[in-house]
Amino acid sequence: MSRVRVLVGTRKGAFVLTADGKRERWDVSGPHFGGWEIYHLKGSPADPNRLYASQSSGWFGQVIQRSSDGGKTWEAVGNKFAYDGPTGTHQWYDGTPHPWEFARVWHLEPAPSDPDTIYAGVEDAALFRSTDGGQTWQELSGLRTHPSGPLWQPGAGGMCLHTILLDPRHPGRIFVAISAAGAFRSDDAGATWRPINKGLVSEQIPNHTAEVGHCVHRIAQHRSRPDTLFMQKHWDVMRSDDAGESWREVSGNLPTDFGFPIDVHAHEPDTVYVVPIKSDSEHYPPDGKLRVYRSRTGGQEWEALTKGLPQANCYVNVLRDAMAVDALDPCGVYFGTTGGQVYASASAGDTWAPIVEHLPAVVSVEVQTLS
Amino acid sequence: MIRVVLPAHLRTLAGLNGEVKVEVAGPVTLAAVVEALEAGYPMLRGTIRDQVSHRRRAFLRFFACEEDLSHQSPDTPLPEAVATGAEPLLVVGAMAGG
Repeated sequence: MSRVRVLVGTRKGAFVLTADGKRERWDVSGPHFGGWEIYHLKGSPADPNRLYASQSSGWFGQVIQRSSDGGKTWEAVGNKFAYDGPTGTHQWYDGTPHPWEFARVWHLEPAPSDPDTIYAGVEDAALFRSTDGGQTWQELSGLRTHPSGPLWQPGAGGMCLHTILLDPRHPGRIFVAISAAGAFRSDDAGATWRPINKGLVSEQIPNHTAEVGHCVHRIAQHRSRPDTLFMQKHWDVMRSDDAGESWREVSGNLPTDFGFPIDVHAHEPDTVYVVPIKSDSEHYPPDGKLRVYRSRTGGQEWEALTKGLPQANCYVNVLRDAMAVDALDPCGVYFGTTGGQVYASASAGDTWAPIVEHLPAVVSVEVQTLS
Repeated sequence: MIRVVLPAHLRTLAGLNGEVKVEVAGPVTLAAVVEALEAGYPMLRGTIRDQVSHRRRAFLRFFACEEDLSHQSPDTPLPEAVATGAEPLLVVGAMAGG
């Protein structure tokens, strides 16, 4: 029988939640790396027992942990993220030039076919790759040295590269997203990059339709239709059907189109999930009601999913990497909150129940479907 | 033999209980002690000082013999009592956060 393993990164450690395919009874293990911020954990599609974790601390910096037994034991691997060549400058909050400085790893993306190859999205924004299981890291510097780099500016959370999509159909095609620079695409395995932000409109920047400067919060893709991308921007939910060449807004009837995560149903490429948040200065659900919104039409038409979620006095946030889906049928949907709850739906969002409720603030949620 | 006391999180990371002892060949400086620590416990690389710039991490301090040695050059010899093992070098995390 299939099983699922949910990997949860929190402000004070990592937790591993497991259940059988019914997804009713859960075992919770952790905290692993207690007291450290775990920005992200993710398993290798090529070897589900190979996990990677980004462990960081304001005191002690960045550590990368690797497990070869599904999270039972871990070993620290390489954590030297050295920018390749002159670092140059990006814009600081006050508009002055500021040198690139490594702060932390926001997102780890293992390659689909090799458990030793993994990509890391970091702050200050850059993309690194390891081909030796995380022992050493090399920057794919064509992104950071793009001519627009000096114009990039951090969002309030730092200038982070938080989204990495390895295109399953076009070898060498990689999508990334950076707050607040925007979305970028490489078609040559990360050697060269170009911004793909045409159609994005951001009133928070002087030129609302500039080539770069957009605060993209998250991009999601369905493996069967990789040219279609869904984006949750600072404001606006967007869709592209041409691999990011152009975008159109699909916020439709959402109560607010601000939010952080976005994900796609495992078996229905037009079924999309978002969690609307009241505003950019009020990071909690509108009206104190925690609602996931689902579109079965690839955007525009959205329905509120509320069964099992708190519908009064709820003022948590759901961060950009804190939603994931499993590959079972019906598709399971999972998300974690800054209030320390991890909610799961084994019915594609129709009904929800908490797996665990009192963790530290959840930063990331990933799911592995195990046979 | 140099005695070093690490913060709890770094002891956990390195799998250590209590003090750690390192050998330093040549002058006993802060840089030499940290180098010896990192050689013996590679998982500590980058957690005490930046791996590229070698700058001390901002929220860590180096104390010994009731003095703050954090701001002196990493190449300054450590006090004799540390060099002889009579006193430990303390790596201390700043009191901040939760």
